[in-house]
Amino acid sequence: MNAPVKLTLKDYATDQEVRWCPGCGDYAILKTIQKLMPELGVAKENSVFVSGIGCSSRFPYYMNTFGFHTIHGRAPSVATGVKLANPELDVWMITGDGDGLSIGGNHMLHVLRRNIDLNILLFNNEIYGLTKGQYSPTSKVGTKSPSTPDGSVDSPLNPCTFALGAGAKFVARSIDTDMKHLTAVLTEGHQHRGASFVEIYQNCPVYNDEIFEHLKNKKTAPDTRLVLENGAPMIFGKEKNKGITLNVQRLALEVVTIGEAGITEADILVHDETNKVMAQMLVELQAPDFPTAIGVIYNAPAVAYVADVYSQRIEVREKQAPADLNALLRSGHTWTVE
Amino acid sequence: MSVVEEINQPDVANAGSGVVVRFAGDSGDGMQLTGNNFTEATAIYGNDLATFPDFPAEIRAPAGATFGVSAFQIYFGSEDVTTAGDDVDVLIAMNPAALITNLKELVPGGLIIADADAFTAKNLARAGYKDNPLEDGSLDAFRLISIGITKRVVDTVKPFGLSHKFAVRCKNMWTLGLTMWLFDRSRDAAIDGLRTKFASKPDIAEANVAAINAGHAYGETAELPTGVEVYKVPAASVKPGLYRNTTGTESLSYGIIAGGQLANVPILFASYPITPASGLLHTLSGQKQFDVMTFQAEDEIAAVCAAIGASFAGSLGVTSSSGPGISLKAEAISLACATELPLLIVNTQRGGPSTGLPTKTEQSDLYQSVFGRHGDTSLPVIAAKDSVDCFDVAIEAIRIATKYRTPVILLSDGYIANASEPWFVPDINDYTPFPVEFEAEPEGFSPVNRDPETLARVWAKPGTPGMEHRIGGIEKDAVTGDISYDSENHQKMTDIRKAKIDGIARDIPLQDIAMGSEKGAVAVVGWGSTYGSIHQGVKRCRQDGMEVSHIHIRHMWPLPANLGELLSGYEKVLVPEMNTGQLVKILRAEYMIDAKGYSKVNGQPFKIREIENEIKALAEVVK
Ligand code: SF4
Repeated sequence: MNAPVKLTLKDYATDQEVRWCPGCGDYAILKTIQKLMPELGVAKENSVFVSGIGCSSRFPYYMNTFGFHTIHGRAPSVATGVKLANPELDVWMITGDGDGLSIGGNHMLHVLRRNIDLNILLFNNEIYGLTKGQYSPTSKVGTKSPSTPDGSVDSPLNPCTFALGAGAKFVARSIDTDMKHLTAVLTEGHQHRGASFVEIYQNCPVYNDEIFEHLKNKKTAPDTRLVLENGAPMIFGKEKNKGITLNVQRLALEVVTIGEAGITEADILVHDETNKVMAQMLVELQAPDFPTAIGVIYNAPAVAYVADVYSQRIEVREKQAPADLNALLRSGHTWTVE
Repeated sequence: MSVVEEINQPDVANAGSGVVVRFAGDSGDGMQLTGNNFTEATAIYGNDLATFPDFPAEIRAPAGATFGVSAFQIYFGSEDVTTAGDDVDVLIAMNPAALITNLKELVPGGLIIADADAFTAKNLARAGYKDNPLEDGSLDAFRLISIGITKRVVDTVKPFGLSHKFAVRCKNMWTLGLTMWLFDRSRDAAIDGLRTKFASKPDIAEANVAAINAGHAYGETAELPTGVEVYKVPAASVKPGLYRNTTGTESLSYGIIAGGQLANVPILFASYPITPASGLLHTLSGQKQFDVMTFQAEDEIAAVCAAIGASFAGSLGVTSSSGPGISLKAEAISLACATELPLLIVNTQRGGPSTGLPTKTEQSDLYQSVFGRHGDTSLPVIAAKDSVDCFDVAIEAIRIATKYRTPVILLSDGYIANASEPWFVPDINDYTPFPVEFEAEPEGFSPVNRDPETLARVWAKPGTPGMEHRIGGIEKDAVTGDISYDSENHQKMTDIRKAKIDGIARDIPLQDIAMGSEKGAVAVVGWGSTYGSIHQGVKRCRQDGMEVSHIHIRHMWPLPANLGELLSGYEKVLVPEMNTGQLVKILRAEYMIDAKGYSKVNGQPFKIREIENEIKALAEVVK
């Protein structure tokens, strides 16, 4: 461990056979992250991947870092403990729509609310893969699955809406196979101090194939993706002539065409990633009437819980006498028997 | 725990070797505080003592309701005291509900001190009295001091300008003052305590001090009924040294800190509020100068999982709860078994099932502790026998958890957690450290490398170069640590996990005998907080010439290596438990002995008399 050697993707791969189904979106995400890790300037031994249960949660086995494949839904809590015990560690939390929003929804809520400094990656394939295809809390109404043969009837949850509602300070969305975009989003999320929540649309070719195809297909993507960039106008479309405006009367976002009805580029909303109200509107945009927002939707750093815990401890230690267990045992009323 | 070495027989009038006093009132009347103050004065006086705080689940039940009665019992004496006493000698009843719910425990001729002002028509009706018992002669079998305490208190504290509500609240201190007089206790510690507690509200502090003094003065000057005068309970002969009072909650908290120091690992204490376990979280949260971090999680599951995460990262994760919360943690505890990480789980047991009796004591989670996991998963279980013992038990639990890289369940209960006892203050330097060694050698490293003797898995913490590895709930290859679904490997790993836990039996003390001899007619085998009652019950039987021994088990799983052989030396084995018979079945299953259970689950500790009678009944059978 002398001179720092520049690590590569290979250094982050394990010798384990990757066991996802052929064509699973998880492969692309794994590759992106293995490639990204050497660029982040974090010592390999300080990286920790914590996951729950599900296809996505097998992820740590394929990362040659410290890894903990825990139990269903509880990755946020285990990761919180890791971070409290050693704030120096760079902790990544891998979860899915079932793991993170169904069985683990409560923990997800609180890890975001507390703003624990974690990189949270939620692979959303809108289905339970590992248990063979049941509908999930993000499945669209009408999803046919072994447990909903006539189509699901309950309303799905929007992960980014949930994250914002829980008080997340960093919320982003990306797509499994878009390595460039995913890399950029993850890099920004990694720089964020506090919980960074990244929803990754992930294709499950076995149980829920092509649900994000409209966002991936080169022909349709330009019209269906609203790629957000902080400080840039929200323009999209093949011709780059569509944009998002705010209808003040209805307090709602609208799609407009530049050059029509007197609309110019100046009328288009500019993305401000610190604007929470805007973020809440953007995450809700849905096909077919709207493009889907991807990129960093909200980014407004605040003090993270673990940092506060440690500073409070330092403050107390500065004020109080140094730790002395014998003195503690003898505190309060004591008496001596001769 | 008794701290008595030798017994002093009193030789003066109105004296006894021990007295039981019970303070009873509305849950808002401050009876617990009164009891604690009296306990402290009694400890300073030099009596041996044991206490039993008994309070309702409702924080503030409607005034005057029988279900809202909060009581605090103390037994103190010049002999060794190990229980809070079977019967009450002096009952302080702050209202009719307190009287009616506690009178049946009072001995004939016992003393009642009642606040006559609280015996209003409304309160009497609420408690179910048709006539006022203070006036209708129904208490003739007892000695009664009926005083208008409320009015006296309001008059006493008038100069301090308190609102009527706050003035009335001082009545517990007035009563404390009178009780202090009755037993010749010093008021100094209580007065100091009030002045510290209300440092920022001197009016309240001084009003309470005035109330104590007024109550005391009343005892000195008022003409009390014949036979009511200062009781003499001589100090006990105790081992010389420094003492303090402690509840199980305090000594367990300090034991966790001590265990962390001896293991040389930081502690992450992650918990979720639940009665009667929350006190640990409160106590440890105030100890930030030590290497103890506390985390109040969003639920029980998150608490245990955060503790496991901390253990993975190189701290010792500790979580605590009571039965229902432990059920929620069960899945995660098995994860810690599978990943072979150290973890301490404290269960302060309460009456069950479900919400059950949250403020009442029971020891009904032994099965849950020993067997309550999915899969073939075993872990060590250790039980504290009284408030003081919690300190050593916590240290021992941490020693086992860190040495064997396993979750350990520590059983306490509501009685131990809240009861206060004198404690011969230990010196941490008298304990042998057991520092943890973290793995740091990359050469030949595998996450499933084991110590050949203990079978403990290596503990390699994140942040250590060359130690990168993955663990998880999936079965692992016994050699490489990679995930493995191989059937023979699963057999092997299951065997290793079992052998590791079973092997702990070689590393714990042999079972000793708390009282009596190694052979004989009857062995009374107990565990946990029944220690005091069994001890006294056995003692009484032995004083009657019976051949009875008391064996008290601390290591509930694995059981001490000699226990089976030891028990085979007695004709009869009696196992009193505050459950419907859990240890007794384990002993029967493990050792094929005809042990007999004795069960009590009414939320109250065993009375000495009950144990004594049960032993005698069993001995009859032997004859
Ligand atoms: S079931 Fe779906 S999500 Fe799971 S590995 Fe297979 S393709 Fe991927």
